[in-house]
Amino acid sequence: MGIEILGLPLYYYIAMVAKVLIAFVFVLLTVAYATYAERKIIGWMQVRIGPNRTGPMGLLQPIADGLKLFFKEEIIPAEANKFAFLLAPLVALIPAFITFAVIPFGDTIKIFGYDVPLQIVGYYDAGVGKVVDMNVGVLYVLAMSSLGVYGIVLAGWASNSKYSLIGGLRSSAQMISYELAAGLAIIPVFMLVESLSLQEIIKAQAGMKWFIWNSPMTFVAGMIFYVATLAEVNRTPFDLPEAETELVSGFCTEYSSMKYAMFFMAEYANMVTVSAVMVTLFLGGWDGPFVSAIPWLSPLYFIAKVYFLMFLAMWIRATLPRYRYDQLMHLGWKVMLPTTLALIVVTAVAGHFGFYTFSGLFGN
Amino acid sequence: MANNEIMTINMGPQHPSTHGVLRMVIELDGETILKIDPDIGYLHRGVEKLSEHRTYHQTLPLTDRLDYLAPMSNNLGYILAVEKLLGIDVPERAQTIRIIMTELTRLQSHLVWLACHALDIGAMTVFIYAFREREAIMETYELISGARMTSNFFRAGGLSQDVPAEFEKKVRDFIAEMPGFIDTYEGLLTGNPIWRKRTIGNGIISAEDATDIGITGPALRGSGVNFDLRRDIPYAGYENYTFEVPVGTECDTFDRYKCRLIEMRESCKIVTQAMERLKPGPVLADAPQVCYPAKDSVYNSIEGLIHHFKIASEGYPVPEGEVYMGIEAPKGELGFYLVSDGSSKPYRMRVRPPSFVNLQAIEKMAKGAMLADLVAIIGTLDIVLGEIDR
Repeated sequence: MGIEILGLPLYYYIAMVAKVLIAFVFVLLTVAYATYAERKIIGWMQVRIGPNRTGPMGLLQPIADGLKLFFKEEIIPAEANKFAFLLAPLVALIPAFITFAVIPFGDTIKIFGYDVPLQIVGYYDAGVGKVVDMNVGVLYVLAMSSLGVYGIVLAGWASNSKYSLIGGLRSSAQMISYELAAGLAIIPVFMLVESLSLQEIIKAQAGMKWFIWNSPMTFVAGMIFYVATLAEVNRTPFDLPEAETELVSGFCTEYSSMKYAMFFMAEYANMVTVSAVMVTLFLGGWDGPFVSAIPWLSPLYFIAKVYFLMFLAMWIRATLPRYRYDQLMHLGWKVMLPTTLALIVVTAVAGHFGFYTFSGLFGN
Repeated sequence: MANNEIMTINMGPQHPSTHGVLRMVIELDGETILKIDPDIGYLHRGVEKLSEHRTYHQTLPLTDRLDYLAPMSNNLGYILAVEKLLGIDVPERAQTIRIIMTELTRLQSHLVWLACHALDIGAMTVFIYAFREREAIMETYELISGARMTSNFFRAGGLSQDVPAEFEKKVRDFIAEMPGFIDTYEGLLTGNPIWRKRTIGNGIISAEDATDIGITGPALRGSGVNFDLRRDIPYAGYENYTFEVPVGTECDTFDRYKCRLIEMRESCKIVTQAMERLKPGPVLADAPQVCYPAKDSVYNSIEGLIHHFKIASEGYPVPEGEVYMGIEAPKGELGFYLVSDGSSKPYRMRVRPPSFVNLQAIEKMAKGAMLADLVAIIGTLDIVLGEIDR
């Protein structure tokens, strides 16, 4: 079919660039408007109004904020390690965006006669008749989200400030601990799907058989994964690294201008990404009613689910106080880790006897 | 940060959760506090010294600015001390309005405490909710005194003026709603596992230590010492009201939190009782030596004008002597020690601020705790730097 480069048809490359652009713009816009939505939603919950001065209903607020930060003076502390100080915001931001490469944000749709799967690294192999994507997609997600922690540790260390250092240490300990719980909580899903490919995982959940309610094991795993991801992206009740009432602003205390904005964007981009991963692994990805008939619905379902999870995170932020450092570690290592380990054993045993799902448990 | 394990950090005076300009030098081992040294004085305005050059009447506005979250309580403590020196009685209506206002002030102070305490621990919704209710009390302040915070409302012998007609309805409406609001706060916090984890067992101070240091107020009652000046040494007519004094058992932050919430409910009850006792009548004692004449007579008669001028220009002489008057302010025992040399200016005024004494407990409470506990401890002590530094 036409020109081939490295064994793949040309349209594959064109589609990929298009998808990269679409996904990047989508994440960027979501990040910008997540800050607005968060302020508005928490405002409503707290009988406040929220931003309403810039533009109609304050809709231009994110742009105003961005412009303001962009024109602020750059301050690099004299004692800071300049190289690491400048590197840290990039290290925090980039992994948050590139995780999106493997996440399928829609079903395969037909554009100009070509089958294009809505996943950046995936392509439709007509020979096999299915979508081929990165076969270790979940591992890639875990790897990228672990990279983000380097940005925060570097920021805390390079600032050469005590508050930043404590913030950086807190977050590295926290993210590493919860990375484990999150990683282990995904294992029951692999065991059921028998694949690490995100396409396969979504296919296994097709027809509303989402893991969050399809099986008791994955239900618990999903809950643990969600809590762990909240901790991983430093959201309340796990926002210790930037606990402003204790550490002023945590690891980014010494940052100003665009570098500060990049940390801010990284936090929200991470929130989008982990919500997307949660949706893919446990909420059926882009699956939903009538998707097989109208594939165009699939990205809408995906976006709706991601936004719902982000709304939950904002709701939690408005409701809950903050954990203490040692309590957080206790929860991570002594509660969530053993639970996930036990869950893996239970899934293995139940799988051996064929009781994977709720319907399997209660007879077909 | 040398090559040792201990890190010394400087918290404050500019820090979001030191409740003003408190500075603390903290030695940390990881996140554990080894030593803590509070450093005060960043808000010193010399209120005690200033008062020596002002008449008793001119000193009153200075007291607004001590504990600026409870201005009427400060007014009351000072005015009661002056009245004790003067030996004058206050009319029934003024007495009742004073009780209503100081109890509303207690509610207001506790609301700010709850708001900041919850925010320090991370629950930011409670912060906004509590400030919403505080707003109603501020409006009552504005209604009767014209100012939201610096009320300057009480006078030796009564009040500066009678309350407007809307006052009663406003207070009644507020008091009817307040218990429901307190239920909301409790719903958000009391049963919340994270809140309980953060407060139970945090900042323990035993009853002996608390009495040794001289802690007063809810911080003392949370440690199980049943002491409340309103009941034990009644003043301003508190003997005529029935109310419970909540006492904690576990000596921790959670018990102090519970104590203060119950105290808020009891304050509502006291205000309700006081509203029933509120009868029309004069609000200023019949003591022309001390009290300003009515505005009507100042504007329309030469005697009234001279009377007003005499008190305004040289103040009222206060008999020689010294007096200590302690009241149960929202944060603890607020004492005014006044020495008079017979002139119209205090020879010496000394304020015993509850926050200053309560702050001394911080080292005992925070030693061995974690950095995050420290903000909970500062919150539970309910300190205000305006009255610590004076």
